[in-house]
Amino acid sequence: MAQVAESGLARDERLARVGLAARLFQRPEIGSMVGVVAVFFLFLWAAGAKFAELDGFALWTDEASNVGIMAVPVALLMIAGEFDLSAGVMTGSAGLLFAYLVTRPDLNVWPAILLVLLFGLTIGFINGMLVMKTRLPSFIVTLGTFFSLAGLNAGLTRRATGSVYIPDVDTASGFRSAHRFLGSTFTTYAFPDRVIWWIVITVVATWVLARTRFGNWIFAVGGDATAARNVGVPVLRTKIALFMTTSTMASLLGIMIALQIRSAQADQGIGNEFVYIIAAVVGGCLLTGGYGSAVGASIGALIMGMITVGIPFAGWNSDYQRLFLGVILLLAVMLNTLIRWAAARSRA
Amino acid sequence: MTEHEQVEWEAIEEDETGLSRRELFVKGGLLTAGAAFLGSPVAAARAAAKSPAAAEASSTFAVVTHGAGDAFWAVVKKGVLKAGKDLGVKVNYSESFNNPQKQAQLIGTAVARKPGGLVVSAPNPSALKDPLRRARRAGVPIITINSGVQAFKSLGAITHVGQTETIAGRGAGQKLKAAGGKKLLVIIHEQGNIGLEQRYSGAKSGFGGKTSRLQVKGVSDISTTTNQIKTKLRADRSIDAILALNPQVGVAAKDAAASANSKAKIATFDLSSDVIKAIQRGQMLFAVDQQQFEQGYLPIVFLYLYRYNLNTVGGGQPVLTGPGYVEKGNASKVAAYARRGTR
Repeated sequence: MAQVAESGLARDERLARVGLAARLFQRPEIGSMVGVVAVFFLFLWAAGAKFAELDGFALWTDEASNVGIMAVPVALLMIAGEFDLSAGVMTGSAGLLFAYLVTRPDLNVWPAILLVLLFGLTIGFINGMLVMKTRLPSFIVTLGTFFSLAGLNAGLTRRATGSVYIPDVDTASGFRSAHRFLGSTFTTYAFPDRVIWWIVITVVATWVLARTRFGNWIFAVGGDATAARNVGVPVLRTKIALFMTTSTMASLLGIMIALQIRSAQADQGIGNEFVYIIAAVVGGCLLTGGYGSAVGASIGALIMGMITVGIPFAGWNSDYQRLFLGVILLLAVMLNTLIRWAAARSRA
Repeated sequence: MTEHEQVEWEAIEEDETGLSRRELFVKGGLLTAGAAFLGSPVAAARAAAKSPAAAEASSTFAVVTHGAGDAFWAVVKKGVLKAGKDLGVKVNYSESFNNPQKQAQLIGTAVARKPGGLVVSAPNPSALKDPLRRARRAGVPIITINSGVQAFKSLGAITHVGQTETIAGRGAGQKLKAAGGKKLLVIIHEQGNIGLEQRYSGAKSGFGGKTSRLQVKGVSDISTTTNQIKTKLRADRSIDAILALNPQVGVAAKDAAASANSKAKIATFDLSSDVIKAIQRGQMLFAVDQQQFEQGYLPIVFLYLYRYNLNTVGGGQPVLTGPGYVEKGNASKVAAYARRGTR
């Protein structure tokens, strides 16, 4: 095919030839790629070779997967022009529900996982319907869900257990098998299983965005919802599906965390919603929607992982961790904008 | 017995990279199991082959707490740093902001840096099982502090340094009852902290009378917290005793009571210079003092003794740092120390 186009007599004058460098610089994740290399070498210098050895590598990919599993669906949602501020606390709700199901009614772990994922689908559906039917900004609607879930987490946990955390998840039947796939580490190395899940989720999301009709819909509804609707894109369905994906992924991560720490705590996940958004934005997502990538969000998560682990690894004062995150966020976004502007000019 | 032997044996294994190998070899003649092993020609040969550079690497003691950057933990941190300075050992302190997953990760980071010993607070022992197992496998001696007294043995720690929350809570409840309280309000300032729940249930049983709890926003937003307490006191005039579980919240409760015209007796857990001032002025009844400086200082000393001499402290029991009570009678003596941030 390409051969024909190249050598064909009637070369389409509408198809401009774009060089490799220009194409690379037009990718949304280019800024984060530069960032990840810079941060990696910074900590390699500050913390020594240990940072790059298996021990260190396992630690920061662990944290990166912890962020990345959510940053990817959050990025898709942002490309479609919506936010989900309940994504962080949802990991807590899911973890608590899961821990409750396997310790109080003594459900087997696997059916409990299924129920919790269904719970995630339901919350996502509610989020999506509320946003689409009320036409309120998703920022506000999911902020409401965020506070509601945080309150429920505290109230119901205490009501059900008389305490603020649910321990002894590891006494549940089926714990060992589930722990193996979702909350453990590879036998030889300290790599968590989560890393595999994270990579798979990133690959699938990238494929969906780049190669499927649903992926086109995501970009279309985020770019201009009215225009998208006029050309026949099912805006409602697309957005609701993305809200459901986000809160289901949050449920999956919540289950993984509960299996990993063998317990669930009432304040789990609060505040992480912004961490996911930061990862997505560092990875090239625009707050206005219509632009971004899944790989970028994962690279953003990788940067977060390196910073979170790198600071104590280097023996720096961890009081400044958030300062670091803030500066990285600003630098990455400025770099993204600069590159996008340069790329747009080179094309013109 | 076997568990004890296990601990000693691990310590000697760890001494492959340890700082005190030679000293242990020379001075450890009185050690039973350890000496027998070290005294073997194999161990002696291995000891001789060790370079001092490798010994250097493990002389850092890592401290990982669930603290949230507040005044209480700042005192613990001071204890850690002072002990490090006094003993000439490197220490590294980090906090997980009451997030068990984050704490597990910080422990992982600490263990990867091959420390000479590990100090952790364990409010959620389940969450620390895996990372502490990894630490034990790497031969790192562990001491738990502050929270986790019921779990330190199962986590494989040498001892626990702290106070028993339920007992401290009961003591506070009894004192408030003795002061004439009929209806107690306990202020909970963190949503997921198990230690606070234990204090609450202790206070409830010690107080005997009507006890209720108020969940407030917490130390990150004291003005909202003050308003929440004020509202509660306005809404329920019969509350005549208040127990705060944190010094900043205690001061907030004092201010709230003053502006709500409540005559409730106020007590708090833990000290700050503001709390001491309030006690001296009679605005607060007492503070339950768990002397958390010791919870930072002592474990470093214990780990040092363990590395230097394979000594253990506590004999399998926790080492209690509290509860002590600071009241009008002794407040002025403590005040100077609080002002410099070590009480």
